[in-house]
Amino acid sequence: MTTFTINGRQVSLDGPDDGPLLWAIRDDIGLKGTKFGCGVGQCGACTVHIDGKAARSCVTPLKAVAGRTVTTIEGLDPKGAHPVQAAWVEVQAPQCGYCQSGQIMQAAALLAKTPHPTDAEIEQGMNGNLCRCMAYVRIKQAIKLASKTRQGAHA
Amino acid sequence: MTVHRPLNAPEAGLSRRGFLITATSAGVALGFVDGTAAGAAPAGFEPTLWYSIGRDGVVTVNVIRAELGQHVGTAIARILADELEADWSKVRIKTVDSDPKWGLMVTGGSWSVWQSYPIYSQAGAAGRSVLIEEGAKLLKVAPGACVARNGAIHAGKASVTYGDIVTRGSLARSFTPEQLAKLPMKPAGERRLIGKPVRARDIPAKTNGQGVYGLDATVPGMVYARPKLPPTRYGSTVVSIDDTAAKAVPGYLRSLALEDPSGTVPGWVVVVATSFVAANRACDLVKVTWKSGDATKVSEADLQRRSNELIADPKAGGLVVEDPGVDQAFANARSKVEATYTTATALHFQMEPVNALAFEKDGVFEIHTGNQWQSLVLPWLAKALGRPETSIVMKSYLLGGGFGRRLNGDYAIPAALASKALGKPVKLVFTRADDSLFDSPRSPSVQKLRMAFGEAGRVTAMEHTAAAGWPTLAMAPFFMPKGTNGVAYDPFSVNGADHWYTVGAQRVRAVNNDLANATFRPGWLRSVGPGWTNWALESFMDEAAHSVGADPLAFRLKLLDAAGRNAGSGPTAVGGAHRQAAVLTRVAAKAGWGKPLPKNTGLGLATTFGQERDMPTWVACAARVRVDPKTGAVKVEKLDLVADCGTVVSPDGALSQMQGASLWGMSLALFEGTEFKDGQVRDTNLGGYKPLRMADVPDLDIEFMPSTEPPVGLGEPATTVVGPAIGNAIFNAVGARVRDLPIRPAAVLAAMKT
Repeated sequence: MTTFTINGRQVSLDGPDDGPLLWAIRDDIGLKGTKFGCGVGQCGACTVHIDGKAARSCVTPLKAVAGRTVTTIEGLDPKGAHPVQAAWVEVQAPQCGYCQSGQIMQAAALLAKTPHPTDAEIEQGMNGNLCRCMAYVRIKQAIKLASKTRQGAHA
Repeated sequence: MTVHRPLNAPEAGLSRRGFLITATSAGVALGFVDGTAAGAAPAGFEPTLWYSIGRDGVVTVNVIRAELGQHVGTAIARILADELEADWSKVRIKTVDSDPKWGLMVTGGSWSVWQSYPIYSQAGAAGRSVLIEEGAKLLKVAPGACVARNGAIHAGKASVTYGDIVTRGSLARSFTPEQLAKLPMKPAGERRLIGKPVRARDIPAKTNGQGVYGLDATVPGMVYARPKLPPTRYGSTVVSIDDTAAKAVPGYLRSLALEDPSGTVPGWVVVVATSFVAANRACDLVKVTWKSGDATKVSEADLQRRSNELIADPKAGGLVVEDPGVDQAFANARSKVEATYTTATALHFQMEPVNALAFEKDGVFEIHTGNQWQSLVLPWLAKALGRPETSIVMKSYLLGGGFGRRLNGDYAIPAALASKALGKPVKLVFTRADDSLFDSPRSPSVQKLRMAFGEAGRVTAMEHTAAAGWPTLAMAPFFMPKGTNGVAYDPFSVNGADHWYTVGAQRVRAVNNDLANATFRPGWLRSVGPGWTNWALESFMDEAAHSVGADPLAFRLKLLDAAGRNAGSGPTAVGGAHRQAAVLTRVAAKAGWGKPLPKNTGLGLATTFGQERDMPTWVACAARVRVDPKTGAVKVEKLDLVADCGTVVSPDGALSQMQGASLWGMSLALFEGTEFKDGQVRDTNLGGYKPLRMADVPDLDIEFMPSTEPPVGLGEPATTVVGPAIGNAIFNAVGARVRDLPIRPAAVLAAMKT
């Protein structure tokens, strides 16, 4: 039995606790927004927040989140209107969209830590997230826009 | 010259079929539906099978194209809504499941907008004409006094909405294809949606986790499976399965050797469990002994050697273009230039590994998966399952990347076979490594190009021979036209070589690498043949120019004279080579061609017509690169691109496709590539296969030529032009001519020394 909080809700999962968190989120809890890409932590499609920090759920064993707080794309904002999500829509960033949950979670964690990232900091922070459609130009634009709107919200 | 046009058939078939069905079912499909009839849904007005208008005025557009990142539903719905004069806020997009009534269901070739434009424009015009007639009656005015605008018919200050007309009017009409073709289309100046900014309808669900992809499909009672892949793509057979160790995995159910009458997945075993985690673990523990197919020793070098052998045999392959006098022109040439270009095997590596959920329900076999070519895989499924196509349906989902991988729906077959064998729903999920090993990769290629010159550097003849594994031979031979020598060839593996340059006597020969087709299933990978033919052609045009002391820009422009067959004809190729010359001229000016650059920095040009002569998307690229002369490392600083795709339907969507496709071109040029080793691809995950990442993105400047010509395709063309522009830029930077893709630093260093 592994107990943790996901998107504000406490869950207890039976069964083996050494499997990847990704599949527990997707198939046991039923939140399908977190995606499976490479399975080895190198594409970023499975990115979630664990205690507010970006983590690759495909290489995180379930037991590692016992007693901790997990946030997925579905829980980032109750209305799906987090500044990063709003910026993603504003610049029309997604193409196929499959990597975007992970991109958005990575970007949200980046901005939480570095509210006004330079281009180099964005590249460094996002380089682990592969976008096979190569929508990188807009992902970067969206992060800059979200950085500004976050600033506005705090002003 | 004979130019074969295999692609016209489906296009014509699609539009004709759609409206014939409408015409023959006029009494049923058309007209007012009486909502008082017991249980009748308010279907409303359905002027063609492509859309309906409800009594609430909602226009529901049926879209047969897969959504794989191109926002295709939005583009198609805008085409319809513009001609229909619909209220965009009341337009809904419905991505439909497979059904014979849709005709050919395929999303590829950059065809979607090009093929849909005439069909949905006519459909919109048909609806508009009926709504004007009926609206006029309701407003008690003459139709000539009415205008359709924003979802209503207006006459002076009076108006009636489309919803009201559907509710109160008498809309029964039918149109023959001939009548449809005669309907007046709006002039370009009257367009209110096409060419105007719009937000893609599919995007919000791609930012909040609500978008449903094939991998997300579930059904109660399903079991999970992972494939255990045989050592070769073809010809392996299962000798024995030992699942002793797997039995210790909680949730493991069984391992199943598949019997596949369709021959799609020979020698496959699937490992079944109650969860994917269990199936994945058990799969690693199951030991299968196979009798291997013949390809277990085949290497990349073997494949390329075979292409070289076949190119050397003048009798091999299909003649795509064969003008009289080629050999004579070469014999009489003042000078000649010749070069051979190669490309390595490349993976699709779409982010969502292939997967499928299959089960039988109420006598119908349902396949839930993202797919680009339902019409191709349905017959395979029918053969595999031993049931008619009419009792199989492909349910549509978002695709976590297509890039041509999901044109080949082979991954649906093992899911269906496993479900049939087990008698329950099976969700088959490939790991990334499984996906790579089972990919239908872009075949490695070898191409030999020659050019003959007469007096004063005048081009008198050209020969281009392209050899590769052929996806269309492997999967869709009915799409293969015959060459002038009677030999069928894969047009998608040679398109691009039949270029718009006027070069005197021309020969284009397409050669199938039979060893490649026997070793793996070659795939259609974003831009397919033009992704390698233009690497060769556009690198060669620079080499040819240099060989006669000409400037590469001036050399190309002189040959893009739109003479003879290169004049182009309407509707989509109108203007011909003049339009290609225009994009090239524009990009050269934008990028500052001819201006001095810093040391070790070079500008390179390339231009192509995108995918095929029948649907030219004119593109040109100027790449500025800086080469480190010590390491050979290439840094792309800037890519300028100019495209003429006719009418730009959805400007932001078009830009998005150009951005992604140009970076794909750069990625294939510098970052991507693997090789066959022992009959399999060497790289199966991101440790070895390294597509371009954000930090590699150069400055991108993309421009569209203003045009009101019919729209063509944009999903792929930019992919075709970036690689050779980079290659030419490297030469202009440091004098190194590279002829192999991907371009590795070691190759640049080696070329600098020659």
